[in-house]
Amino acid sequence: MFEIGLGHYLTLGAIIFTIGIAGIFLNRKNIIVILMSIELILLAVNINLVSFSIYLNDIGGQIFTLFILAVAAAEAAIGLAIIVVYFRNAGTIRVEEINNLKG
Amino acid sequence: MIDINYILPELFISISLMFILLIGVFKKNSSLLVYNLTMISLFILIILLINLRSLPSNSFFGSSYLIDELSNYMKTITVASGIFVLLTSSKYIKSINIFKIEYPVLILSSMLGMMVMISSNDLIVFYMGLELQSLALYVLASFNRENLLSSESGLKYFVLSALSSGILLYGCSLVYGFSGSTNFNLIADNIINTENGLTFGIVFILVGLAFKISAVPFHMWAPDVYEGSPTSVTIFFAILPKIAALTVIIRFLYVPFLNVIEQWQMIIIFLSIASMIFGAVAAIGQNNLKRLVAYSSIGHMGYALAGISTGSNQGIQSSIIYISIYLIMNVAFFSCLFMLRRNDKYFEKIEDLSGISKNHPILSLCFLITLFSLAGIPPLAGFFAKFYIFLAVIEKQMYFLAIIGLLSTVIAAFYYLRIIKIMYFDDAKQKYDVDHHLGLKLSLIISTIIILLYFMYPGSLVEIINKINLI
Repeated sequence: MFEIGLGHYLTLGAIIFTIGIAGIFLNRKNIIVILMSIELILLAVNINLVSFSIYLNDIGGQIFTLFILAVAAAEAAIGLAIIVVYFRNAGTIRVEEINNLKG
Repeated sequence: MIDINYILPELFISISLMFILLIGVFKKNSSLLVYNLTMISLFILIILLINLRSLPSNSFFGSSYLIDELSNYMKTITVASGIFVLLTSSKYIKSINIFKIEYPVLILSSMLGMMVMISSNDLIVFYMGLELQSLALYVLASFNRENLLSSESGLKYFVLSALSSGILLYGCSLVYGFSGSTNFNLIADNIINTENGLTFGIVFILVGLAFKISAVPFHMWAPDVYEGSPTSVTIFFAILPKIAALTVIIRFLYVPFLNVIEQWQMIIIFLSIASMIFGAVAAIGQNNLKRLVAYSSIGHMGYALAGISTGSNQGIQSSIIYISIYLIMNVAFFSCLFMLRRNDKYFEKIEDLSGISKNHPILSLCFLITLFSLAGIPPLAGFFAKFYIFLAVIEKQMYFLAIIGLLSTVIAAFYYLRIIKIMYFDDAKQKYDVDHHLGLKLSLIISTIIILLYFMYPGSLVEIINKINLI
């Protein structure tokens, strides 16, 4: 049997990160999906940091992860609030219809 | 033992921020009080920061927080421009009904974030500062919440900025993993040249930071956000986050990664050239002054990055001079913009400027000086800013960058001169109101005088900045 090492965790992190980025750019429907993609990106970073932290035997990475979790929660709260404000004004949160500013 | 004097500005701003927020919450109709208290605390803050200059450089909290010449200077100009932002916009925020207690509190908290960013010497501290700044800026962009454009600009800024923070964090995790530490000094000790992961980390972090200073190709949020958000927030966006992000770029590239300069130099040169050209070309077709200033700020960031790309002390110093003069020019520009008011309605189209020289000779003269300075025409301050940059770039034999910079200055001069032509030679429209409040007049006069008379005392600014040595 093969052992799960640092490389596997980093690959997992890279895959989740790519899914998050792709989710932001390919998504044409709902802005909530973009919020979820942002969370995915941050979670990929957390996987990276924790696995590096174990691999390096250094606690710094895990502390960083806790900070990121806290900030991610705050960011999601503010993001949802902005989406609600936008919905009140525009009556829609479809991504393709968010185009009042251009030029 | 930590000498508390060093972190007194940060302590003071956080305590006054919470205190002001509490006053605003518990006292009814306290918008004006909160606003004045914010002004007072900013003035005290600038005194504290100037006081800090006498102390020698030092680092704290396991050398993750650094107080040195660079951080002192950048914090001082951050706070000074914060004062200007509040001074110029007090009437504007009343007239569009965003004169609420949250507004100054959010500005203060984002400034606290910037100060933390500027002083950071550790990836964690840097990230926390960046997020504190960005979270407040998301709310500020969508502050005029009954307005569709404002809330849309907030939404766009939120999505793109959160994406860039994510990319930046991924870079942080790679740098941490491949160097074994989050502290800039320790990273510098541990890096190995041939590590691919480290290069990826640098690239990802630079992408995130280029986003914050809106360098091409990560600029797409800037015009929309600048146009949609309230003008008082646009001036904030145009100045303060750029100062903080530029400082972080300088520190990040020159403290941990100076030895691997060949890996990041080409990236910065590319960002610089792309921003200079794009900022010059894309602004030509614009009709909205706020949108125009977004493109012009993209171009100006290109010049500042050109200074950073040189890898020399002189380059860093020229960038810092550039950003200082850039902020003064922007204060002057937006002060003029705030003066285009008729019956409590503010105007921001280029054609609204047509023929204002007939009715408002002084205002149009100030505008003329500002635009000439933005275009880099001697002997105004903007010329000297570009001059130092080109001097540093040519000193390093990067002629290609210097030539591109000069060419894009010429192209950019076109759209500044077009505004001047519209102001002076087109038909006059209705008069604008002239009863401006003192703060707005004062900031316009101060900034115009600095722009106009900079050439008489260029040494005083250069002397302060020559003390900033990172290499």
